[in-house]
Amino acid sequence: MKKLIDFYNSSIGKKVTMSLTGLFLCTFLLEHLIGNLLLFAGEETFNAYSEFLVSNPVIRFVEIFLFASLLFHPLVGLLLWISNKRTRPQKYEVYQLKENTPLASRITMLTGSLIFVFLVVHLRTFFVPLRLAEVKPSGYALVVEAFSSAPYCAFYVIALVFLAYHLRHGFQSAFQTLGLRTKSYIGLLDAVAFIFWFIIPLGFALLPIYFYFFQPATTAAATALGVH
Amino acid sequence: MNVTLKVWRQKSKDDKGRFVSYPVRNVSPDASFLEMLDVLNEELGKKGEEPVAFDHDCREGICGSCGIVIDGRAHGPGRGAATCELRMRSFRDGDTIVAEPWRATPFPVIKDLVVDRTSMDRIMYAGGYISAKTGGVPDGNSTPIPKPVAEEAMDAASCIGCGACVAACPNSSAMLFVGAKVSQLALLPQGKVEAKRRVERMVDQMDKEGFGNCSNNYACEAECPKEISVQHIARLNREFLKKTLA
Ligand code: HEM
Ligand code: SF4
Ligand code: FES
Repeated sequence: MKKLIDFYNSSIGKKVTMSLTGLFLCTFLLEHLIGNLLLFAGEETFNAYSEFLVSNPVIRFVEIFLFASLLFHPLVGLLLWISNKRTRPQKYEVYQLKENTPLASRITMLTGSLIFVFLVVHLRTFFVPLRLAEVKPSGYALVVEAFSSAPYCAFYVIALVFLAYHLRHGFQSAFQTLGLRTKSYIGLLDAVAFIFWFIIPLGFALLPIYFYFFQPATTAAATALGVH
Repeated sequence: MNVTLKVWRQKSKDDKGRFVSYPVRNVSPDASFLEMLDVLNEELGKKGEEPVAFDHDCREGICGSCGIVIDGRAHGPGRGAATCELRMRSFRDGDTIVAEPWRATPFPVIKDLVVDRTSMDRIMYAGGYISAKTGGVPDGNSTPIPKPVAEEAMDAASCIGCGACVAACPNSSAMLFVGAKVSQLALLPQGKVEAKRRVERMVDQMDKEGFGNCSNNYACEAECPKEISVQHIARLNREFLKKTLA
């Protein structure tokens, strides 16, 4: 235990905490996207998946780590950011960091913070009614309803652009922190990183775009209209 | 060529310091940045003013003494060169050049452009060596080392300890310096014996000195006069994890 605390207290230990929680969140993103793509398979399939998530004890267990990561990752990120700010109380008159570093690496705190705001809204829209409400609504209907609003869709897509920037830097950074970004693996790593920072956010963004423009009807709506 | 130098002047550690602009005339484009400062200081001396203090020694990029943030870049514009190797032809006639000291809490300014870098020395004292008993000279081929490994260790060993990595880093992190110093020994059989203790003590000292956390921005690699690769930071992380897990 003392070893673990010493490790966390070191600069590298804190970065490893960021890295492991960040990568765990990345595996979650992958799972979440695959699940969400079931929305394209229609209401019945998606709702069956959604109920499986709610009732499965394994998912419930993994969820504990998910929420722990969602808590620790931003918290440690914030602590690091604050302590790093303190290392240069007297600023440079001229500082050309942008000539030496990619944009994504300079704005992780900004992109992370917006992701955080997004997550709060996101959990409020979907997780809270599906998990905590007395009467469980149809997951599919919730999605249709949420994505019928243009501002909500826009907010969603913007947050995903920020996620893309966050992972553009974060994914390779996590492997560098673990000491695994070595010469022989950089090529492979960049390829996998592309899936995470580009393909996955793009996949998520397709959902609000599809639902906003095509507005598929839900069973409830169809029944109300008598076209069942 | 003629330039205007806007340079940081600070009398002592406790002085608040400020920028002062000086015209510098008739500088040869082939002069180094430090020679331009020499020209300025001679002028200042003639007028009875205090010359601008700056660190320098070898003036050929091997000692690591020099180091100025010039126009917002550690060791000035361009890559792979220390301040003493920077030529005035990198600037244009009539330019205003801003020169400031390395800025980081572990590098307090002593005077003008001179900072105290003993924090880096203390990291070295903490473990940047091998404890070898002196004795007879060992046979040249008694410890075979594969060429690529020797090369990698030599690359790490080319670090001159200038501190530009810290100065360039948005977090004032010393990970490139410590990475190079840990790597040069961790790669070789002679250094492997004390590898765990070394990485533990050097990282501990680095944290105590108040250097920041690495965010993997890689500004250090871009500004390092010896172009030390961030691969050595990855190795430092690996060595640290090995030490913790074993
Ligand atoms: C789905 C959500 C998220 C994922 C998948 C994710 C992923 C990552 C990854 C992989 C890293 C790289 C770790 C490293 O450099 O070793 C990282 C870094 C970072 N994340 Fe996140 N992150 C997420 C949400 C957040 C949130 C909500 C914040 C809150 C403010 C945040 C703040 C940061 C910061 C500040 C860093 C940089 C740490 C540093 O380099 O010093 N992230 N993230
Ligand atoms: S790693 Fe490069 S920039 Fe840092 S101290 Fe060594 S030579 Fe200077
Ligand atoms: S004076 Fe020796 S490296 Fe510049």
